[in-house]
Amino acid sequence: MKIHVHTHVNGEPTEFLCAADRSLLEVLRDELQLTGTKEGCATGDCGACSVMLDGRLVCSCLVLAPEVQGRRVETIEGVAKGTEIHLLQRKFLEHAALQCGICTPGFIVAAKALLERNPDPSEEETRYWLAGNLCRCTGYDKIIRAVLDTAAELRGETR
Amino acid sequence: MSAKGPSDRKYKYVGTRPIRHDGLDKVTGRAQFGADYSLPGMLWGKVLRSPHAHARIRKIDVSAALALDGVKAVITGRDFPDVAAEAAEGGEGANDFRDLAENVMARGKALYHGHALAAVAATTARIAEEACKKIVVDYEVLAPVLSLDAALAPNAPILHEDARATGHEPLPKGPSNVASRREMGRGDVAKGFADADVVVEREFRTPMVHQGYIEPHAVLARTGEDGRSVVWCCTQGAFMVRAYSAKVLGLSTDMIKVIPTEIGGGFGGKTTVYGEPLAILLSRKSGRPVKMVMTREEVFRATGPTSGTHIRVKMGATRDGKLTAADATLYYEAGAFKGSPVGAGMMTVFAPYKLDNVRIEGFDVVVNKPKVAAYRAPGAPMAALVVETVMDELAEKLGMDPIDLRLENAVHEGVQATYGPKYRAIGFVETLRAAKSHPHYRAPLGPNQGRGVASGFWFNAGMSSSANISINEDGSAVVITGNPDIGGSRASMALMAAEELGIPVENVRPVVGDTEAVGYSDLTGGSRVTFATGMAVIEAARDVVNQLRARAAQIWGIELDAVGWEDGHAVPLNEVPGAHEPLSLKQLAARAGSTGGPISGRASLTARGAGPGFATHICDVEVDRETGAVTVLRYTAVQDAGKAIHPAYVEGQMQGGAAQGIGWALNEEYVFDKNGAMENAGFLDYRMPVASDLPMIDTVIVEVANPMHPYGVRGVGETPIVPPLAAVANAVQRAARVKLAELPISPPRLLEAIDRAS
Repeated sequence: MKIHVHTHVNGEPTEFLCAADRSLLEVLRDELQLTGTKEGCATGDCGACSVMLDGRLVCSCLVLAPEVQGRRVETIEGVAKGTEIHLLQRKFLEHAALQCGICTPGFIVAAKALLERNPDPSEEETRYWLAGNLCRCTGYDKIIRAVLDTAAELRGETR
Repeated sequence: MSAKGPSDRKYKYVGTRPIRHDGLDKVTGRAQFGADYSLPGMLWGKVLRSPHAHARIRKIDVSAALALDGVKAVITGRDFPDVAAEAAEGGEGANDFRDLAENVMARGKALYHGHALAAVAATTARIAEEACKKIVVDYEVLAPVLSLDAALAPNAPILHEDARATGHEPLPKGPSNVASRREMGRGDVAKGFADADVVVEREFRTPMVHQGYIEPHAVLARTGEDGRSVVWCCTQGAFMVRAYSAKVLGLSTDMIKVIPTEIGGGFGGKTTVYGEPLAILLSRKSGRPVKMVMTREEVFRATGPTSGTHIRVKMGATRDGKLTAADATLYYEAGAFKGSPVGAGMMTVFAPYKLDNVRIEGFDVVVNKPKVAAYRAPGAPMAALVVETVMDELAEKLGMDPIDLRLENAVHEGVQATYGPKYRAIGFVETLRAAKSHPHYRAPLGPNQGRGVASGFWFNAGMSSSANISINEDGSAVVITGNPDIGGSRASMALMAAEELGIPVENVRPVVGDTEAVGYSDLTGGSRVTFATGMAVIEAARDVVNQLRARAAQIWGIELDAVGWEDGHAVPLNEVPGAHEPLSLKQLAARAGSTGGPISGRASLTARGAGPGFATHICDVEVDRETGAVTVLRYTAVQDAGKAIHPAYVEGQMQGGAAQGIGWALNEEYVFDKNGAMENAGFLDYRMPVASDLPMIDTVIVEVANPMHPYGVRGVGETPIVPPLAAVANAVQRAARVKLAELPISPPRLLEAIDRAS
């Protein structure tokens, strides 16, 4: 028996059928073909599958797909607006804050959530907020710099 | 080759930091990694894995699985051909094709917890999982061998009854878990130690650790009615996957085409095959495309980590700090099949130092754990850990600054390396000097804080690479190479092509080709891509330039030799100024059709040697004496890059290597229960560094041109993981006033060391 779920994904009304035990991550990737959200562990430890659910940062592997009924899901595919990429995306590119790039969508979704709640995070706050996102390539240095630089520019400061 | 040497050359694009060409796709989620590919009618493959670390397989009954609705194919070891023992070339680290075939799918014996026994393809992943549970395996459970000591003990259970140790005598007689024992050295070690005023001997044990790439292995295979398979997978080497899968399946290479997807990290762990041959075989059997994606747990249990080790090192020095002798014994766990990186451990262990009297002994030992795979400078970090802690203790005993002791003994051009060859131009001394003059080295330390210094060496690899460059009608260019881009190498390829062609780097499109789009290329590994594949790109670009010069010569009606190439323009040489206006690449491209046809260049080469990398790292830590917790306060990595093509990605390699090394030093380890099942097969319990565990990682790139490369490039990817184990250990030892003998330096272990010391 499949459940018929009505939701909003990146602002678009979206519906899908899924078994009750399917995770939001599985549905995003396998049913809706939104493969920008990545699976690194499926146990909520790596943050590669980070999405926003009603404005809250969650690991989509830990959310059951039927739970998104009537709610708003935002994924990496919705971060750029039309042909305009988000400042965070530009800063990640400018700072070379990615190497292999598999963790990058999760980091950008998580960092965007941080800056929406705290426009002036310290380095330490940024590090703790992003502690749920694993990156094995960069040592985090350039990621943290990209996020702090984005925050500064969004506040209208030039560095 | 250009007349301009690496050192006096002025670069226009090389050394700049353009935005990587594949970047936009990667920050928007568009880039397609291994698990992101699907096909209509696709089946899902799942693997049944051994619940025992050591067992004889008496019988596998798959009938109940096959009977399940939705199951389209089931395979076991019996579906694979017998593969003869043969050294596998083109990979990284020692592999034997028979072992590889048996690692991919067990035959006769399960040799580690997680060893593949059967695989199922079904219409959904859930059905495939369900079917795996219905496969009945009759085991004779055997006692597992779970440590080096247990493997070497008299009367130890034997993994491979028919195998005999190879190498240098004395060797075990009869069946043994020692796969090989080798010795190397020179001079008179006994005399060397007799000449020493100070002798220090230390030993360390390090556990198995995993590369920890965030992307699990994933493969999609489709086989046509003609038996030809197309494979999409995340790998460090598409040609390797083609060759290894063909070998395991008994197919010729033209039956398999491999399309490398984007790859979410590898660090050496994706230099071999696991699911690829299984997916190909399942697709051949079912006639349907088959997709297989590992879970994180499977990645930990059934892909190659690097060796657990036990290493003893003894070194002697005179009162004024000159090393007189060195002796090392290294035991490396290979996992279930022979082929640990102990050889590289032996060759790198004393490579940074001038030594006349050396003896090195190394053992490759099989245990009932996953077969190790390459992990960033395979074998070197653990060896460097012991040597560099010994160097630190020697410096302390001699009352010398630890960098000064290293400077006193550092290898340089002309010195015979302990592993054989004479060094050409290298930058070890330069890294030591840069570290010593870095403000970090003089910064004050607080209570319970300590500073550690350590150096590291890695050979780097050359091997084979190919590149094709085509010039578009408007004067832009496409560069195709056969090396998956694991950390920004597309940008480096484009920079080198732009430099040679003299066109903006944004107008060069770097492409990673599949196995039928570009000439053979060894895998992305051994820090070889920017070096060797870069060299192929430079050669291919020079091939293009020569064709462009010929077109200009034709247009001007002069000899080819009378046409030069400067900054993207053909220029007439030795002519009256104004006789011919320079022709830009764009102008020549526009006229290609009327001057002989489209312009494309190619190069395929095997780079002989590579040019070694050296690094020196400085680490400050603070130790909590009550909890045993260690905080890394500050970290600086100094490395010789030869010539940094894209400095931001060179820094990235240095920072990433340092972070992995810090994790290895402080947290990471495979924990096995008494039956050989890994107890921490997930990212929660296999604790890799997260952002809040680390400080910013400062980098200093020094550039001592590598004479083997036209721009002086050295590989940079692997060297940065060599020093951190010892840099952290030395810092902790100084901060906590303890002697360590085991990694990771986790809180309970450090508390124990503190208790022991006080």
